[in-house]
Amino acid sequence: MGHDHDHDHDHGTGHRLAEAGTGADALAWVLFDVLAAVALGAAAVAYAAGMWRASHRSPWSARRAVAWYLGLVLAAAGLLGPLAAEARSGFTAHMAVHLLVGMVAPLLLVLGAPVALTLRALPVGRARSLTRVLRGQVVRAVTHPVLAATLNAGGMWLLYTTDLYRLMHTSALLHGVVHAHIFLAGYVLTASLVGRDPDPHRSPVAVRAGVLIVFIAAHSVLAKWLYAHPPAGVDLADGRVGAQLMYYGGDVVDVIIIVLLLAGWYTSTDPRRRRASYPPSGQVSKAASG
Amino acid sequence: MSDPHVRAGAQTERDPADAHDRRTVVSGVLFGCGIAASIIDLFIFHLALQWHHFYDLSTTRVALTADGFFHAIGWFVTVWGLFLLADVRRRTDVDWRRWAAAVVAGIGLFQLLDGVLDHKVLRIHQIRYGVDLLPYDVTWIGSAVLLLLVGLMMLRRTRPRVTRR
Repeated sequence: MGHDHDHDHDHGTGHRLAEAGTGADALAWVLFDVLAAVALGAAAVAYAAGMWRASHRSPWSARRAVAWYLGLVLAAAGLLGPLAAEARSGFTAHMAVHLLVGMVAPLLLVLGAPVALTLRALPVGRARSLTRVLRGQVVRAVTHPVLAATLNAGGMWLLYTTDLYRLMHTSALLHGVVHAHIFLAGYVLTASLVGRDPDPHRSPVAVRAGVLIVFIAAHSVLAKWLYAHPPAGVDLADGRVGAQLMYYGGDVVDVIIIVLLLAGWYTSTDPRRRRASYPPSGQVSKAASG
Repeated sequence: MSDPHVRAGAQTERDPADAHDRRTVVSGVLFGCGIAASIIDLFIFHLALQWHHFYDLSTTRVALTADGFFHAIGWFVTVWGLFLLADVRRRTDVDWRRWAAAVVAGIGLFQLLDGVLDHKVLRIHQIRYGVDLLPYDVTWIGSAVLLLLVGLMMLRRTRPRVTRR
């Protein structure tokens, strides 16, 4: 892998790297690969350990496990390997990585419900402590959909409308920070909208729907804007294909999130489960209809 | 509007059949708007015919933002309309003719909005490029008005006969 990187940067966007592409620099890029591989491997092992520890309880959903591991595989495809290497010079490949690491993998990992699994696997006492932390105001603030969407969309605007996009390809450190942000912001936003884990701070469905609509609008506006104004150093044709990939690829994931969000509403308003909200029944006309 | 229950403000006793009917119509209109926005525009005019451009280089920022919201809301209401339909279905029998009427009205409503607001006022994009637009605009807006009127007429004819006891 390390040799590939030197080679890629020679004809990539980072001209400087060709000059400074010596030992320390190459080492930093290898370090990024190693850290990513370790993080993904740890996530895979931890989930398996969680399932094993809680195996005496009711069986853990196979669908969740599949979602988790598929998410890890797709994240790995975006961070390591040939696509990742290509993304360091081409905009379309970069956008494919962005979709994988920032949208598809986070969605699948959220569907894996890692917090619920952790709570099952931990001894009661420690599970309670974790619950206390999750109930706290810090988690509440950090996982609010408005903040999560702002960090997510704000980071994207910063990345593509400033010099950050070019700089990201010249510094392994910046590259790592940007990817970590894309992934974390994607995960927190998805979890705040359609999370499967127990969430004591879950926002009302109307708030989540509003945030989602604004986020989709921001994503598609940025994609169309990039179509005409690719970041510095990006070839116009490459920029156009990449922008359309962002637009339509983003749509696919967004529509899935819309369906999951409204499916949650559909289940929670099931008249056979709760006779509360809609429509107010003839005699017990207490509940206001939503 | 002249609903006596609203005036009372206290415990309302709405007829569930009324609520179901309203939800059927809302579902149809939302779904109609949604498929007009996401399916007709995207698949027929943009991808199949390649008339609509992905992005007009002359688009202003306001228009681009408006377009983004149109797009986001388009997908949302498509899915929302279907979930509302499923909700009515699990509570009672769906009056499919009434739902279809609402869908037709919704398509007409959205195409009219798109033709007037998007194409003419905001000038986000045109129907086709490099041709005299007038016949296209007349056809677009005319067909939208026609659909809307047909939809409204169908809605009128499918009104539930006995709504209140």
